[in-house]
Amino acid sequence: MVTDDAGQGGTAAGRNNNTGHQGGAGHSMVQLITPAGERVSHPEYDPWLKDVSDEQLCSLYEDLVVIRRIDKEATALQRQGELGLWPPLLGQEASQVGSVRALREDDFIFPSYRENGVAYCRGVDLADILRVWRGAASGGWDPYTVNMAIPQIVIGAQTLHATGYAMGIQNDGADSAAIVYFGDGATSEGDVNEAMVFAASFQVPLVFFCQNNHWAISEPVRVQSHTQLVDRGTGFGIPSMRVDGNDVLAVMAATRVALDRARRGGGPTFIEAVTYRMGPHTTADDPTRYRDANELEDWAAKDPIGRVHALLDRKGLFTEEFETGVRTKADAVARELRAGCIGMPDPEPLDVFKHVYSTPNSWLDRQQDHYSRYLATFGDPEAATQEEGAR
Amino acid sequence: MTQMTFARAINSGLRRSLDNDPKVVLLGEDIGALGGVFRVTDGLQKDFGKHRVVDTPLAESGIVGTAVGLAYRGYRPVVEIQFDGFVYPAFDQIVSQVAKMHYRSRGTVKMPITIRIPFGGGIGSPEHHSESPEAYFAHTAGLRVVTPASPQDAHTMIQQAISCDDPVVFFEPKRRYHDKGEVDESLDPNSAPPMGQARVVTDGSDVTLVAYGPLVKTARDAATAAADEGVSVEVIDLRSLAPVDFATVEASVRKTGRLVITHEAGQSGGLGAEVAASITERCFYHLEAAPVRVTGFDVPYPYSKVEMHHLPNLDRILDGVDRALGRPNSLSGLEG
Repeated sequence: MVTDDAGQGGTAAGRNNNTGHQGGAGHSMVQLITPAGERVSHPEYDPWLKDVSDEQLCSLYEDLVVIRRIDKEATALQRQGELGLWPPLLGQEASQVGSVRALREDDFIFPSYRENGVAYCRGVDLADILRVWRGAASGGWDPYTVNMAIPQIVIGAQTLHATGYAMGIQNDGADSAAIVYFGDGATSEGDVNEAMVFAASFQVPLVFFCQNNHWAISEPVRVQSHTQLVDRGTGFGIPSMRVDGNDVLAVMAATRVALDRARRGGGPTFIEAVTYRMGPHTTADDPTRYRDANELEDWAAKDPIGRVHALLDRKGLFTEEFETGVRTKADAVARELRAGCIGMPDPEPLDVFKHVYSTPNSWLDRQQDHYSRYLATFGDPEAATQEEGAR
Repeated sequence: MTQMTFARAINSGLRRSLDNDPKVVLLGEDIGALGGVFRVTDGLQKDFGKHRVVDTPLAESGIVGTAVGLAYRGYRPVVEIQFDGFVYPAFDQIVSQVAKMHYRSRGTVKMPITIRIPFGGGIGSPEHHSESPEAYFAHTAGLRVVTPASPQDAHTMIQQAISCDDPVVFFEPKRRYHDKGEVDESLDPNSAPPMGQARVVTDGSDVTLVAYGPLVKTARDAATAAADEGVSVEVIDLRSLAPVDFATVEASVRKTGRLVITHEAGQSGGLGAEVAASITERCFYHLEAAPVRVTGFDVPYPYSKVEMHHLPNLDRILDGVDRALGRPNSLSGLEG
């Protein structure tokens, strides 16, 4: 099924100019599950989902629910003072699950800071997902054990890293691909545009995955772009798709199309996943200052989890046993997340000097030596830290 | 030993690195068929192919940002920024990504990237072609900043920079590109002095004169002129700007008791301030006079008809030496 925004089962485009699609006739949006949970066929995309069995559909549903639970638990941990900050992904679960579940293990992911659902699906240790937000590290995991780069906070900077990495894949003659996640706001950054120039020029195996969640903190997408974001890719000569980002199957099919093109030497693809950030930008943000409550209501009707739930119901798969199983899993993950967060040891004082360089550096070695001596005057480095805090 | 220009010496060093390690790739604007605007990469694309020597789109952030991704993949990228004044669009990728990725990833992701930047003035160019931005990078944790001053150093230090597991900003004194010198191309970079080590260029006993990059030659000429007046100047080529080899400078100042630092970059917040402060901290009681800085002015790099007033020359350096010695000089009688 192909719809425009207004036909997506809601009235957002009609009601609020802030989030309606931008000018031009533009691309139509691919949707395979309606908000009511109806599976609609699409001649181009259906072939890419032939292997998705009922069992796998149930598994995708479990991913969506668990990720929402992680997000909720992390938000609670922030409110309880255990995390300094948290960027909620509420509403974007299908974009993250559909894309990451389309990848092979040897494909490499470059995320922004909001892809915590992607990290979970990639097998990142739960405590490691929170490590950055607790302030115990600037990067939580070893990228090479999960083939996923650490979170990037500078908007759009990672699109160039992904492009360079994909140049490396190309040089190596490998048939893997890279995927880079970024938001609607990032498309305004020079780096994202430079990345598309490089990726198109060198025809590298890369998927540009733009989650258009409609808001860059308080700025609506119309401030970023006068055209549909998907047109950005087209303008660089990059084949582009616009999909319903709240539809896990549409996202998965589109990502598979893009990955297949990359593996066959067909170069980069741009995907605009049209979704919505239901929560604040981060826990420090207050969207009620800039966002219409009606808009939230419209998007709630297009919920990515609700529609898979309805689809499973129609298929007779949403049994009590299944529901209990999913809930048990989500509870277990939430417990593990909380325990991992609270049990995370604080870094040692001298850790501040670690890993600045991989080879000795005389300036830093001297500063570390002097600070060690200073700490030693307190007898116990831990005590020194507390003393400092008490002043 | 072969006589060759500074530019040719870097070319030869790049060639050796490309030969020795298939993971070394060169990226930059016009570095392929043209061989770079200064011809430093001349012939390399022809011999190593378009995937090893890559002509990039004209986008500095793109050049450095893709190098970050290549390093993520295990490559050792060497990027060329065409001119010093064009590095600023890449500043974010250099200071926020290249410099910090190793720290951010807790040591799991290495960034063995070499960023080559022709720098400094004296070639009669328009705006943006003659800057000395080294202090920005020296101030950034995670980066190493070096600058060779002789063809031999250029040849070995570029190889050392490429094989270093940390990112290196490699400043090339562009007005010395055509200077010739003896180069031993067979010299093993591992047995040469490490790139972090300063070098005593001229022994002396009255004043320590610290210089780097394009001004090392000028400083040496000043030492020769001073000798005619009976003043013995010890010239030190820093070679590394981050970290500075303070041990070598300190040893010299303990001997001479006087310190003059010269660079083309503007004075305030520059490398000269760092050297003066650090040496004062380390050997205050060995100093007979306050350290003296002879530098460019705190002005945008001037148009070429007046650039000779901005650039420290032999006479201005000698005037600085006179100040350090308490001899009659241009600032005699001035207080504060």
